[in-house]
Amino acid sequence: MTFLEITEGPLWVLASSVFVLGALWRIIGIIRFGRKPDISIPRASALMGAIKGQFLHFVPHGGFSFRTRYHLVAGYMFHLGLFALLIYAAPHVLFLKENVVGFDWVTMPRWGFILSAEIAFAGLILLWIRRISDPVMIQISDADDHIASWLTFLAMLTGCLALDESHDSLRALHMLSVEIWLIYFPFSRLMHAVTFVFSRGYTGAFFGRRGVVP
Amino acid sequence: MSVSAAIETFVNNIDASAAAYLDSCVHCGQCAQACHFYETTGDVRYTPVWKLEPMRRVYKRHKAPLSGIKKMFGLVPDEVDEDMLKEWEELIYDSCTLCGRCTIVCPMGIDIAGLVRKSREAMVAAGLVPEGLNAAAKRVLEIGRPLGIKPEIMAKIVGEQAEEVGIPIELNKVGVDYMIILSAMEVLNFYEVIGALARIFKQAGVTWTISTEAYEATNVGIQMGDKEIARTLVQRIVDAAEKLQVKYVVSPECGHAYSALNWEGPNLVGKNYDFEVIHILELLDQLVREGRIKTKSELDQRRVTFHDPCQIVRRGGIVDEPRNLLHMVSDNFIEMENYGVANICCGGGGGVSSNSRAEELRIKSFGAKKKQLDAVGPEALVTACGNCRNVLEEAIDEFGMDLPVLGLTELVAEYLDD
Repeated sequence: MTFLEITEGPLWVLASSVFVLGALWRIIGIIRFGRKPDISIPRASALMGAIKGQFLHFVPHGGFSFRTRYHLVAGYMFHLGLFALLIYAAPHVLFLKENVVGFDWVTMPRWGFILSAEIAFAGLILLWIRRISDPVMIQISDADDHIASWLTFLAMLTGCLALDESHDSLRALHMLSVEIWLIYFPFSRLMHAVTFVFSRGYTGAFFGRRGVVP
Repeated sequence: MSVSAAIETFVNNIDASAAAYLDSCVHCGQCAQACHFYETTGDVRYTPVWKLEPMRRVYKRHKAPLSGIKKMFGLVPDEVDEDMLKEWEELIYDSCTLCGRCTIVCPMGIDIAGLVRKSREAMVAAGLVPEGLNAAAKRVLEIGRPLGIKPEIMAKIVGEQAEEVGIPIELNKVGVDYMIILSAMEVLNFYEVIGALARIFKQAGVTWTISTEAYEATNVGIQMGDKEIARTLVQRIVDAAEKLQVKYVVSPECGHAYSALNWEGPNLVGKNYDFEVIHILELLDQLVREGRIKTKSELDQRRVTFHDPCQIVRRGGIVDEPRNLLHMVSDNFIEMENYGVANICCGGGGGVSSNSRAEELRIKSFGAKKKQLDAVGPEALVTACGNCRNVLEEAIDEFGMDLPVLGLTELVAEYLDD
């Protein structure tokens, strides 16, 4: 069995299983903590507040746009670039068709890949530079923040190296870095990709009951 | 000090929402941009999410899903210890007013103020509470009142106010519609509000009373994070209201009192009340809409602006009512930048004003509010919280500003056409 076959075979199964089961375990674990019912009389709908909360926090509001511009721009550059690559990069679509979902969809052209990758890299690097230079972020950051940034960076870098599919080892290297990322995901702050929905929802519901969604 | 009691309380306080919050934070630090303590000092320790560090550590070590596996590999944070709790006592009590402005800026929508409240409960369990709050709690338990104002003194104050406005005020009257409660700061410093209410209610034809068994809405238990004291104080109001068989209890111009009675109260005493809670601003706005309050045609000409009390507006949901009332009495009402739900705290909420250790920091943090005020250059500042009013007056003096601070109910009464 070649290195590529290992990364696309048993290692992929292991990593994706840890990713799915670990993330599910963590989500179910959080939900199982439960909450005491709030018996105060609501002024408005908690559910509507929870829904509104999902959208409101996509952009910082209330007069912070200037102070948070760096993070807002870099954050969106990274996330939008990364999602474009994940979902529309031709090799990803083919891999997901063959190994996960069984069907394909429209893919982005090569120039789209390059552009998305550049935007995502720029965003990620800008965010990391801020993490190591801004006094607030230095104070609150821990090893998990840096490991997550670097694993993501490596997965993206090896993905770019493998784009031309010039060598099996480059593809295998990309698979390996993605698999490490997938295994790390449920144990780390990368879980924010899922838990943000709960966080925004709980806060939205809290304020929704009070008739205001700030 | 009991570290284990604090850890146990942290663990017990982490429910699904707290876990989701602690698991969602990506340490972006944006919350610092919303905090008046960070803005005015530049001290990174005042970053709101950093104030949650003991709770985060306990969660990640003892309760987070998959923490067992991480513990096997030594990948969980160190145990919270005595030194950490002592250090964080200041961060949790002195540099957080529970204003909740950080929640607005948080991309994950984390309710940091709510988690600081929960952290305070752990501090109470550990026995680490600022002296000012402890003293207020002691007075509540021993005398029954946070500022020590006994019923006979209260009756005297009410009598003097009744005489001043020429309207009799009956204490402990059974079967009226409304029972008024006041913030301790109103009773102590701004008791003219009692006369103002008497005039407004007379014109509106409202039947009301004040109970000598529960006239202070201030809830030091909520501020310090002691649920048992908070429950005792809410129960005292509930008992008095039920004894007088009133239909409504009017929450006063006091931020956390509204939160304590209306939002947390039923959960603390474990049942819904036999009466409704209505905030004084809601009641006044309702009376205006029903045409029961009439004001003079000549309005206040001063350039006035409104300071939104955090617990009434941002975390209370009463946003439009004070503005409706101000437009009714003022010809020159101007909003500050980021008014309403994004308004900046006075600096003394959440028990900070009762904590003498925090005084210097509180005054300094007013710098953020001052910037807001300077941008609109008001001739008078109106608010709807006795504590905000007191804190603002003190800070305005300290900063050498010439700006009167007015209570909204009193302003409405001043322009009554009676």
